[in-house]
Amino acid sequence: MIVAEQKSLDEIRSLLRGKRKVLAVGCGTCVAVCFAGGKREVGVLASALRMAGQLDGSPVEVDELTVQRQCEAEYIEALKDKLADYDAVLSLGCGVGVQTIAEHYDGATVLPALNTKFMGGPTEQGVWLERCQGCGACLLDYTGGICPISRCPKQLQNGPCGGTDAGGRCEVDATMPCAWHLIWEKMDKLHRQDELLEVRPPKDWSTSRDGGVRRIVRDDLRKPKLESGA
Amino acid sequence: MSEPAAVANTTTNASLKAGSNLERLLAAGEFVVTGEIGPPKGCDAEVVRHKAELLKGYVDAANITDNQTAIVRMSSIATGLIVQQAGIEPIIQMTCRDRNRLAMQSDILGAAALGMKNVLCLSGDHQSFGNHPGAKNVHDLDSMQLIRMFQEMRDKGVFQCGEEISGGGPRLFIGAAANPFGDPIPIRPLRLKKKAIAGADFIQTQLIYDMDTFRAFMKRAVELGVPETTRILAGVGPLKSAGAARYMRDKVPGMKVPDAIVARMDNAVKDIPADDKKARAAAWRAEGIKLCIEQIRELREIPGVAGVHIMAIEWEEAVKPIAEGAGLLPRPKVS
Amino acid sequence: MSETSYEPNIVAFCCMHCAYAAADLAGSSRLQYPPFMKIIALPCTGRTDLGHLLRAFEDGADGVLVAGCLEGRCHYQVGNLYAKQRVNRIADLLKQIGLAPERVRMINISAGMGAKFAELANEFARDIQALGPTGLRKAAAGDAANAA
Repeated sequence: MIVAEQKSLDEIRSLLRGKRKVLAVGCGTCVAVCFAGGKREVGVLASALRMAGQLDGSPVEVDELTVQRQCEAEYIEALKDKLADYDAVLSLGCGVGVQTIAEHYDGATVLPALNTKFMGGPTEQGVWLERCQGCGACLLDYTGGICPISRCPKQLQNGPCGGTDAGGRCEVDATMPCAWHLIWEKMDKLHRQDELLEVRPPKDWSTSRDGGVRRIVRDDLRKPKLESGA
Repeated sequence: MSEPAAVANTTTNASLKAGSNLERLLAAGEFVVTGEIGPPKGCDAEVVRHKAELLKGYVDAANITDNQTAIVRMSSIATGLIVQQAGIEPIIQMTCRDRNRLAMQSDILGAAALGMKNVLCLSGDHQSFGNHPGAKNVHDLDSMQLIRMFQEMRDKGVFQCGEEISGGGPRLFIGAAANPFGDPIPIRPLRLKKKAIAGADFIQTQLIYDMDTFRAFMKRAVELGVPETTRILAGVGPLKSAGAARYMRDKVPGMKVPDAIVARMDNAVKDIPADDKKARAAAWRAEGIKLCIEQIRELREIPGVAGVHIMAIEWEEAVKPIAEGAGLLPRPKVS
Repeated sequence: MSETSYEPNIVAFCCMHCAYAAADLAGSSRLQYPPFMKIIALPCTGRTDLGHLLRAFEDGADGVLVAGCLEGRCHYQVGNLYAKQRVNRIADLLKQIGLAPERVRMINISAGMGAKFAELANEFARDIQALGPTGLRKAAAGDAANAA
């Protein structure tokens, strides 16, 4: 899932400076399950904004609406007839959600209430860990199912570096395991450690963001067009 | 030049890869000594010349660090040129943190054009440890891929993309680092082997204080046949104080300093009053140098160790007494 | 403002296994606790969520008390510990909103501690009285006047 985190109330309030009527829009997909932008979080944030505004003499009206998925046009249809009444839309969606609303509602000021952090999942209740960077050329086959591109701060492909300490912790963050430590252990369990001695050639980063804005086109799924004159 | 029988598969003179002083000495079976020069945090060439002066005649080549610990300093290649002009052969360090494959290749061509022949390939300390923690890191290649890229530039005369290098590839003596002490310990010799497979001609290790762990590391390295292709230089460095020993023991990732070493540094000042800071500092430094000399003597006896890399960072004056004390002077000359 | 002239609006979320029963016991033992405290019974303080706690303030509460079982004695093992974490989070949020974080408090008592409940409730009421009204209740009542 996409994991996000709410900006501080102060930052959100400064984004909303001068706005009197705001529609806070939540998203019921990724950001709801990571407790950053679902219906409950929209309620809490709206309530906090109203109170803070009232207390410092800049009252703001905040209405709440949560859609199932902000990143697809069909799901944000619900906003269509409402936007004219508001000075701004405060999106609690990920960056994709914010952009989808902005793209579909030209005249609307859409502001982000979240910082979109990473693709990952929960490792325990209340803790989320980055697991994928969308490099576009998955190498998890070679690394026993542990991703060094997202989980090694140096993105080493032939790791580990020399900085792992007792217990195989990462030198950059001692609360994190060294990804390459995990990979060697896993490959040992799989009796595949020998494979790690093969030097992995330089990665082709053109499938990553380095290659430009990425797009997937699936002809089998596109809307068929009738040939003219047919 | 004679070819010592003790060293298996010694590269013959005709087959030298780069022909650097370091490579020639290793090929001749000499026990080599390398040092280290940290470029200044400024553009004063005098600082570099002064450091070079302190090492001249006592080392066979000197590493020039590349934005060490992710702190911005004079470029390693520019510093290397100044060092070279001062009469010491540089070993250019290059980290994967700050440059992509385009910059690395162009820089190494430039270094080669300026007459530099040794390069040390490193991942690089993470930028969060340095003075620009908000910087974007590159890591287009990792150190293993960097070694291989330079090897192919040299041996196949091609860029990483496969295109030919006009006029042939740069003649390089390619080095890499190894840390025998990073956890998990058992994979460290394998990682060393992998660097040898990637194409490293020589290895410089992390600072060694834990002799037992290092011995076990070298035993495994020899079993894996690493010294047959790759010369291993053991990293040493004089401790400045008991505090420094403690700091390295407790705070530096991937570093092992046995308690006995810390105790020995403590003992060095046990008869000196705490307020006599000057005398304590002097006693510590003397002990640090003495310890370092003993370590070199021990290391020299370990099979597979082809030399030492003395890291006397911001204490270059210590290199002479260490080399002298360890019986490594005068440095041999090769033609 | 004198303490006696101001009657704060306090909401107490009480676990029915302990604090709610303790409040009952305090009442039947004729122990005084603030009459203006509105007690809301919950099956467990773990039932609270950030929305509940914050909405109480928005709707005019000057203080919110969460009263759960003694730590380690929750009927559902850790419901009261969750409540404590949420109370901490709300305290932090109150600060950002511009309200004193002391306006929300977690207490832990058992069903037999009627006197203790009265004592802690009175203490909280005194602290809230000292802090005075949040300013939200008055504004809520006289919104039109304010806006004009």
